[in-house]
Amino acid sequence: MSVLARAATTPRFEPALMRRRLSGTIFYGACLAAIGITLLAIVILLYDIFTRGLTHLDLNFLTGVPSRIPARAGVAPAFVGSLQLGILLAVIAFPLGVGAAVYLEEYTRASRLNRLLRTNIANLAGVPSIVYGIFGLALFVRALGLGYTLFAAALTLALLILPVVIISTMEAIRAVPASQREAAYALGATRWQVVRGAVLPAAAPGIMTGIILAMARAIGETAPLILIGAVTFVTYLPQPFDGGYTVLPIQVYSWAARFQPAFQEISATAIIVLLALLVLLNVLAIVVRVRLSRHLQW
Amino acid sequence: MTGAAARGTRRWREGAIEAVLFLSASVGVVTTVGIIVVLAVETFEFFVQVSPLEFLTGSVWSAMIRPYAFGVIPLVVSTLMIALIALAIAVPLGLLAAVYLAEYASTRTRDMLKPILELLAGIPTIVLGFFAITVVSPALKATVLPSLGPFSALAAGIVVGLLVLPVIASLSEDAMRAVPRTLREGSLALGATSFETIRKVVFPAALSGVMASIILAMSRAVGETMAVLLAAGTNPTLTLDPRDSVQTMTAFIVQVSLGDTPQQSIQFKSLFAVGATLFAMTLALNLLSDWLVRRFRNVYE
Repeated sequence: MSVLARAATTPRFEPALMRRRLSGTIFYGACLAAIGITLLAIVILLYDIFTRGLTHLDLNFLTGVPSRIPARAGVAPAFVGSLQLGILLAVIAFPLGVGAAVYLEEYTRASRLNRLLRTNIANLAGVPSIVYGIFGLALFVRALGLGYTLFAAALTLALLILPVVIISTMEAIRAVPASQREAAYALGATRWQVVRGAVLPAAAPGIMTGIILAMARAIGETAPLILIGAVTFVTYLPQPFDGGYTVLPIQVYSWAARFQPAFQEISATAIIVLLALLVLLNVLAIVVRVRLSRHLQW
Repeated sequence: MTGAAARGTRRWREGAIEAVLFLSASVGVVTTVGIIVVLAVETFEFFVQVSPLEFLTGSVWSAMIRPYAFGVIPLVVSTLMIALIALAIAVPLGLLAAVYLAEYASTRTRDMLKPILELLAGIPTIVLGFFAITVVSPALKATVLPSLGPFSALAAGIVVGLLVLPVIASLSEDAMRAVPRTLREGSLALGATSFETIRKVVFPAALSGVMASIILAMSRAVGETMAVLLAAGTNPTLTLDPRDSVQTMTAFIVQVSLGDTPQQSIQFKSLFAVGATLFAMTLALNLLSDWLVRRFRNVYE
């Protein structure tokens, strides 16, 4: 057989394009399906909660207190508790987080200590929230004698969100152009004057967004607060430093865990209130970012 | 004030500010040390009453009902079973979603889809627990598993899977987008289809980041509490059947602190021993994930 004839009958290169393109199309379909299933799950979740809970959402629910009769129950103590908790923990975590991030970005770049502190923060971000609850119980509730109070809960959750606040603040600070610092130094400013006058104002939008989103995360936390003694049946508005308190996720849990349809419905209503609060915080984060960055230009 | 005095004051002020900033930066280290000390001390007190060997190798956990037994294996096995079910859901869905976002989606589509994924990541876990008992369990019972009870490891695993899906999708997408475009172009220029490029070039190049995201998701699943508590229940049996009601380590910790258990009791101390086990497991997973990212970073640059 001649060389030419053999080449014609047994091709050495077989592109099989049809088959290869088909497997590509099937894979693309699988990718689309994965996205579709995920979106569908979110839609079903929200649909279920709103169809179950929306009928109970009225002024009585927002201003009422928990009751053994589901139709009369309300979330006022839990709602106020969540608001107080959010404000308290922001007040605690904000200075600590920004201070730590400034130190790590502006004061000790590229030293061994710096690397140790950074690694530590990254590892803290991966500690389960319930372990923070155990730590808060031992330190704030017992050792420091704060008792089962909202204040002890705020301190615990402040430690929980601290890594998130530090990491987002560090990113915001890193995004400030070096020219801003150099200009300030050239005018004779000290290191702190550079930080306060040039770096922090320029990084403010990112810092504020980070802290508000971290707050949103903490407000949705449930598990650590059970260890810090959040009570499920509170019929009065909480005092931050004294006595029992509750928050929205705890209220959701206590109603959901009763497994009676009527209580599950008001549990869904409490979820709607909680989600609304979280959406509000996210919108606030966007508004703050836009407003604060309006005057920035370089 | 003379110039020298002003300089002195300023230097003092600068030093004081730096000290304050250093103190804020060390809060993290203090927290880490504090967590380890608290867990170690209380676990030691627990080990005075229950031997470490009994705790680590015992296959019966009965902290609330006599006769008491403190073998942690049932709690660990339930925790791992739920985490593995979660990964069985989250790994395929998360990876395919990541490929779609990194390789197929237009910028506009991605800008629309990413916030939705972040929305899923931002939903409090208690809400997913609620979803498990109101939708997932009844749906499983009505379709494929008519004998399913109200609590099951399967329902818990499914919602934890939804919970960790954004972790895998988002971190894997980052890993794939970090693969240099030149590698893709080289592959396409050699005649590979886009699927072959993804499968044989992009995916292997991003593998360390993908593995890291999966291990991080596993760590989250192991530490997850509220969804698991609501969906899987508080029944500490040693079983590998996902249809059974089980109790994870986190669920036990919550069960003890919800009740009126006296703080000096052995039950309350066992909470810290279980907490220490949980902390050790998640720390090991986090370090492994971290190591994978570091070890294989920048190989293709």
